[in-house]
Amino acid sequence: MSEASAVMDRLSVKSYANEQKPTWCPGCGDYGIMAALKQALVSLGIHPHQVAIVSGIGCGSKLPDYMHANGYMGIHGRPLPIAAGIKLANPDLTVIVTDGDGDAYGIGGNHFIHAARRNIDITHIVENNQIYALTKGQYSPTSDQGFRTTTSPWGVIEEPMKPLELAIVAGAAFVARGAASEPKHLSELITEAVRHPGYSLVDVLQPCVSFNKVNTYEWYSERTYRVAETGHDPHNREAALAFAREWGDRIPVGVIFKRQVTPFERSLPGLVKGPVTARSLDDLGRDTFEALKKRHS
Amino acid sequence: MDVSIEVGGDAGQGVESAGTGLSLALARGGLHVFGMADYRSRIRGGRNFYQVRASDRPVRCHSDPVHLVAAFTQDAAHAHVENIAPGGGVVYDEQLPVDETALIRKGIRPMPMPLNRVAEEAGSKATLNVAAVGAALGVVGYPLHHFERVIFEKFGRRGEHVVDINLKAARASHDHASSKYGPDFPFRLHEITGAASRMLINGNQALALGAVAGGCRFISAYPMTPATTILEWTAARAGELGIVTVHAEDEIAAVCMAAGASFAGARAMTATSGGGFCLMTEAIGMAAMTEVPIVVVDVQRGGPSTGLPTRTEQADLLLAIHPSHGDFPHIVLAPGTVEECFEAGWRSFNLAEEYQCPVVVLSDAYLGGSLRTVGPAAFDWDSVVRDRGSFLPPEILDSREDYQRFAWEDSGVSPRAAIGHPRTVHAPSTDEHDEAGHITEDVGVRRRMMEKRMRKMDTALRDMRGPTLYGPADAELTLVCWGSVAGPACEAAVTLSARGTPTNVLHFSDVWPLSPDLPDEVTGSDARFVAVEQNYSGQFAGVFEGTTGLELDGAVLKYDGRQVSPRDIVEELEREVMQVV
Repeated sequence: MSEASAVMDRLSVKSYANEQKPTWCPGCGDYGIMAALKQALVSLGIHPHQVAIVSGIGCGSKLPDYMHANGYMGIHGRPLPIAAGIKLANPDLTVIVTDGDGDAYGIGGNHFIHAARRNIDITHIVENNQIYALTKGQYSPTSDQGFRTTTSPWGVIEEPMKPLELAIVAGAAFVARGAASEPKHLSELITEAVRHPGYSLVDVLQPCVSFNKVNTYEWYSERTYRVAETGHDPHNREAALAFAREWGDRIPVGVIFKRQVTPFERSLPGLVKGPVTARSLDDLGRDTFEALKKRHS
Repeated sequence: MDVSIEVGGDAGQGVESAGTGLSLALARGGLHVFGMADYRSRIRGGRNFYQVRASDRPVRCHSDPVHLVAAFTQDAAHAHVENIAPGGGVVYDEQLPVDETALIRKGIRPMPMPLNRVAEEAGSKATLNVAAVGAALGVVGYPLHHFERVIFEKFGRRGEHVVDINLKAARASHDHASSKYGPDFPFRLHEITGAASRMLINGNQALALGAVAGGCRFISAYPMTPATTILEWTAARAGELGIVTVHAEDEIAAVCMAAGASFAGARAMTATSGGGFCLMTEAIGMAAMTEVPIVVVDVQRGGPSTGLPTRTEQADLLLAIHPSHGDFPHIVLAPGTVEECFEAGWRSFNLAEEYQCPVVVLSDAYLGGSLRTVGPAAFDWDSVVRDRGSFLPPEILDSREDYQRFAWEDSGVSPRAAIGHPRTVHAPSTDEHDEAGHITEDVGVRRRMMEKRMRKMDTALRDMRGPTLYGPADAELTLVCWGSVAGPACEAAVTLSARGTPTNVLHFSDVWPLSPDLPDEVTGSDARFVAVEQNYSGQFAGVFEGTTGLELDGAVLKYDGRQVSPRDIVEELEREVMQVV
């Protein structure tokens, strides 16, 4: 334990540094997101061994590789259920998902809806650059109508998904939007999201400097405004939905919605005895086993 | 004494509860019982039946023919005439327009009775199924008191009145049937006094019981027939067992949740059937690449696609052996009996943790859903081994430097630790990765990692059990089978031997990796080898020939969704295969 407490004493942003060199393009919004995440974890007093950062596939999903922290880089679209399994096996861990808009809202759309509905205490940070970047520039579920890409050469026909609105409607406990260009503000949002019990979404405006020539740093900074400055009460669901729908000339950032929920894991009968990872494999005991058998005779 | 009773009627008429109640009543009288449900993919209507076979000797499969049918409908009374033994009977309501001459022509006795009237007079038309069971027990001369206790247990919570009307219906029909048809009926069942108390359990329940005994504390699944009862059984006991059960949004979520839970250190599994298994395959590759042990149970049903949703087949073997893209190590078990289901429940976790890979357990609708009696010693707490392989506990980690999750090891197995300890911080990737888990495309690392993972298959082969040989060593005919065909094949071998063709059974429960080594009795034998499988293409036969180099002489293949019976095997061999070879 002395070893562990020695580790505890030295917590700083450097605690989360490793020697991996990110493969992200120079100027990529993911750098800001990673900086904000590290700062948030430090301000929360969470050490690298106490957190699990789960991702899917894509540029942003390589983030756990560039941090000294527990992580799991899974398959395309599935980090939310992987994270759910980790949290339900060991609720003492802080569990964070970082993935892109394709992962979170496209292929993982079903898991997104059900994560919001189920409200396991997970923080979901979506690096939303409105494009598929690692596959070299196809449109994503959040791309604006008319956006021209290699798979939408005449412009995107579909209306874009409004992830904040969908999260609120599906039952998420906490919904916020941040910007990769404002890591300090973003880190405050992530801090609050991690503290808030239940499923928390932090959708992040994250410019892709290589493939998205429309939604650039300038494009976002000309449009974003802090929702807190309007006097918005995030507990007001109707007002939150109005902000969640707002997109175009003005884009709100900040805490859009929050409500108190009992996280799923706190109501699970199987966790009353504590985290399953903390118990021995034979804790069932012979007597319980014999009682189980007896009910089959 | 070996008598089979079938209760049949429309879905929604309580066919299954009648069948399970009858099974329990016979088991409690000291008889060995095998109970098999046969139902269609619908909630109401359509003919379902439940066959209960009871004997004074252990029975490991259903019977063909049956000896008595208790029918709730005209359709059920006619349906299985071909399967009723001469001298057998059909109990049905006297108001039903049943073609008695057709029965009599086959040597089957029509047994019309006022079943509906008995039910109504007892107080509810809904007790028809109870009245029919009472009648069946009366015909075979079996006392009613065990069934009365079943009624009390089943309906006790719903009040004395409900118990009373059911008891009344059962007694009235039992009295009527035993006096009118009992004295002449040649197939009799009686209690065996002093017999050991036995459990009545199906393969899914036995597998779940084995899993929790082995330390499984996490089950995530999406409901899919015929696997659903595994999640239901554990969910009903979640608080008592301290097991996390999650009804996931889909099968992909279910398997990913299990992988996440296992990564965090829990013994975790998921259970599904073929279509769900298909959806899970990418995540099975994920678990193999990140070396996360998971157990995936596939309770097979008829395929492809939605196929025969409530019926049985063994056609997922090749998919289970090659469940995801790329080369990766994994293990496939195929228990053949409820005892083996229990064992696979805990043993699958030992193998998964020892080799840090996915373990697929292939059961099927027949094995998963059929009830069988087993002695109390069959499932023994002390027989359960909980071996976590190279899993590092916190007390060892406290003093361990430089933990590397994917450290190079000759066995292919790197010591594993759960996250949460200060010394085990790591982030595995499904991308190729180095010893620490970091993403790499380095040629040398890729080659080494690939070889490290695949070497586990060589090591795991040592833990794979060879086939079991049942029956005489000096056989003229060897039935080669796997999974749930064990019971029918063994019984068929006894019959064939008695008819002058010494026959044995070579049964495989561990199917991948498959050892090329066969028992000496087999390799030195000049018997003819015939595969018996529940699929169209002889999937195991191909794997067997490819691995052992031993060529099979023929195959008995059944793919109509109904389990191959001992009689099917005997007739098929006598008709086709024996003539060909």
